[in-house]
Amino acid sequence: MLKVIKNRIEQGHRTSKYPKEPIDLYKRFRGMPKVEQNCPPELVQRCADACPQECIDVDSRQIDLGRCVFCGLCETLSEGQFVKFSTNFEMGTANRDDLFTHGDLPALAEHSKKHFKKLFGRSLQLRQISAAGCNACEADTNVLNTPFFDLQRFGIQFVASPRHADGIHVTGPISENMRQATITTWESVPAPKVVIASGACAISGGPFHGSPEIVGDLNKLIPVDLYIPGCPPHPLTTLHALLNYFK
Amino acid sequence: MESFLQIQNNERLARADIPHLPFFQFRNEMLAFAKDGAQVVQFFAYEEEGSMKMLAVMRTDKLYVAGCDAPEDDKFPALTAESEKFHMFEREIGEQYGLKAEGHPWLKMVRYHKNYTGKKDVFDNDYSQDIPGNYPYFTVDGETVHEVAVGPVHAGIIEPGHFRFQCCGERVFHLEIQLGYQHRGVEKLFESVPFKRLPIIAETIAGDTTIGHNLCQAQAIESLADLKVDEGASIVRTIALEMERIANHIGDLGALSLDVAFNPPAAYFGRIRGEYLNLSQILGGNRFGRGLVRPGGVTHIMGDEQRQLLSEKLAELTPEVEHVNDLIFSAPSVMARFDDTGTVPYENAEKIGLVGYAGRACGLSYDARVSFPTECYADLPANSNARTDGDVCSRATVRREEIMHSTAIINTLLEKKVDAASYIPPEVNLAPDSFVVSVNEAWRGEVSHCILTDGNGDILRYKVKDPSFHNWTGLALSLRDTGISDFPLCNKSFNLSYCGFDI
Repeated sequence: MLKVIKNRIEQGHRTSKYPKEPIDLYKRFRGMPKVEQNCPPELVQRCADACPQECIDVDSRQIDLGRCVFCGLCETLSEGQFVKFSTNFEMGTANRDDLFTHGDLPALAEHSKKHFKKLFGRSLQLRQISAAGCNACEADTNVLNTPFFDLQRFGIQFVASPRHADGIHVTGPISENMRQATITTWESVPAPKVVIASGACAISGGPFHGSPEIVGDLNKLIPVDLYIPGCPPHPLTTLHALLNYFK
Repeated sequence: MESFLQIQNNERLARADIPHLPFFQFRNEMLAFAKDGAQVVQFFAYEEEGSMKMLAVMRTDKLYVAGCDAPEDDKFPALTAESEKFHMFEREIGEQYGLKAEGHPWLKMVRYHKNYTGKKDVFDNDYSQDIPGNYPYFTVDGETVHEVAVGPVHAGIIEPGHFRFQCCGERVFHLEIQLGYQHRGVEKLFESVPFKRLPIIAETIAGDTTIGHNLCQAQAIESLADLKVDEGASIVRTIALEMERIANHIGDLGALSLDVAFNPPAAYFGRIRGEYLNLSQILGGNRFGRGLVRPGGVTHIMGDEQRQLLSEKLAELTPEVEHVNDLIFSAPSVMARFDDTGTVPYENAEKIGLVGYAGRACGLSYDARVSFPTECYADLPANSNARTDGDVCSRATVRREEIMHSTAIINTLLEKKVDAASYIPPEVNLAPDSFVVSVNEAWRGEVSHCILTDGNGDILRYKVKDPSFHNWTGLALSLRDTGISDFPLCNKSFNLSYCGFDI
């Protein structure tokens, strides 16, 4: 018992003050990319050719955040002249098209569906489905339940049964072997319900795009309401998206 | 074993130099070798110019390789009939290339997908049907026997898999684990996508083993393409791998504590695990180490600033970790649940080739960092394990020891103030008609990647093996004659990878 108390005192209170107070992530963190419009076209072409995810459009100079894995190669190659990754982790969007960007996403709170705010603003229960997710998205979602993030203080919980849920939170590129289980779980959630695609895989197939063993895009199966980009999304990216979309 | 060729970890070989044996000699020598205590690192089939071939890498305290032509009628007498060490490998060979291991005691699909050759399916599956196809799960008959089925979608935020328990009351006779739900076709992608995509896919084979898998791939490519890695980059890679180990062990010890309803350590370790992920973010900008390791080096230099941040944070966290561990391991209510639960005896562990902490907790001392050191490991001290009874407590204790051992390693390396060279993406040309096998001790155990190139220097066959490929069978065995309520505890003590297995 004494050890429990000693540890309790040593651990103290660790819950973050976000979103009331901003959080600064270490400068190397790769969040929202900023695209430099005046960059020479040869350099843009070089970055687009080298991009392992092929998510840079040369003509529009947009980056598809739904496919980008934030590996940072374009920043390295262009020495920051074309792309610079900022530490801004606030990247959720309500539309797939908004993820094609120069680094200026529309404010998520203004684009959320009003009835969702009314229905789920005070209490949101989500059923998580890992559909061939590599465990990084899952781990950084799970971490929202630890004392630092303490998701439940916002009235948001991940629940065990789809019957208890207001929606699903899907990670992974949806393998063919998980196609039916994903649909069945979604069908088991009572309407009205919300669908969240989390991570590059669920949005576009991510690193596995093109594989015949995956569906690759949750939208092909179920209409998606909220997109959370990243590989995996930082826990704060998910937290920001949930709070702004539903609160 | 006389015909197998002894090789080094990450050594590039001309494929012509690999002994190519008649099938029965290949089979007999492998069986004799396995009987003498050798374990299987890789055993797979591949197709070249229309003909089917097999290749195996075995290990004692050294690595050995040999290959053969597959028998012409697409079937062969199963090695598993004589040694359990081959059981998963032969099932995989059947699934991937349609070569049937006849006499295999449990020839069941592994991941549930069509084979790569268009040959008749070994399991008579119609893949338009859902998993598990026409496979009847193993059942136990009896008036008081009942079945418990769990998954693929589980109650927590975890990956999918299906578990079937045959129980008498609370007692488990048998647990059958059906995986494959996570299959993404990783090996085929490696063989077909542009080279630039390889590291991105390697990093996502298993998210919690991002560094482990990516390091194997980077080393294999460096060997095939003659790329040199400087000392500073090696230091960063070693630190990243050890940081991954610490974060996962801490998370699992917290979860084990939660599974026996002792909540304070679970809350503390849940947060502290995140602190270690944040240290990986300081190294390379991502909590899982993504984007850090690339063929030829590392993308981020660890300078004085990063070294100082890491040292200071480790100095702050290490006593906290020790105190929380002491809290877990001195609580009688915890130890009463950990002790003698989910035991895998040494003999069984050896037969199925358990690796990593699961193996070490059973007394199999194999640690790839010691046997086949890469990066900085040859100069670093090895760990030793005080408790090797094969139960949950042993697996938890090994992890506790490894956290402290890894912390010591990182502190030693931080004192070497060698900066990595700045990263310039290198020109990569793989040597034609070559072979390389790479082995590293990732946090869960032995990860191995094997690459064969064709005459043009393109990848002919890419084989990935996650430690979970061996260890899932260990979890199934640990449940034998155990209360079903101990499943979460046994499961977390192994904490195996679904996607690493399913690839």
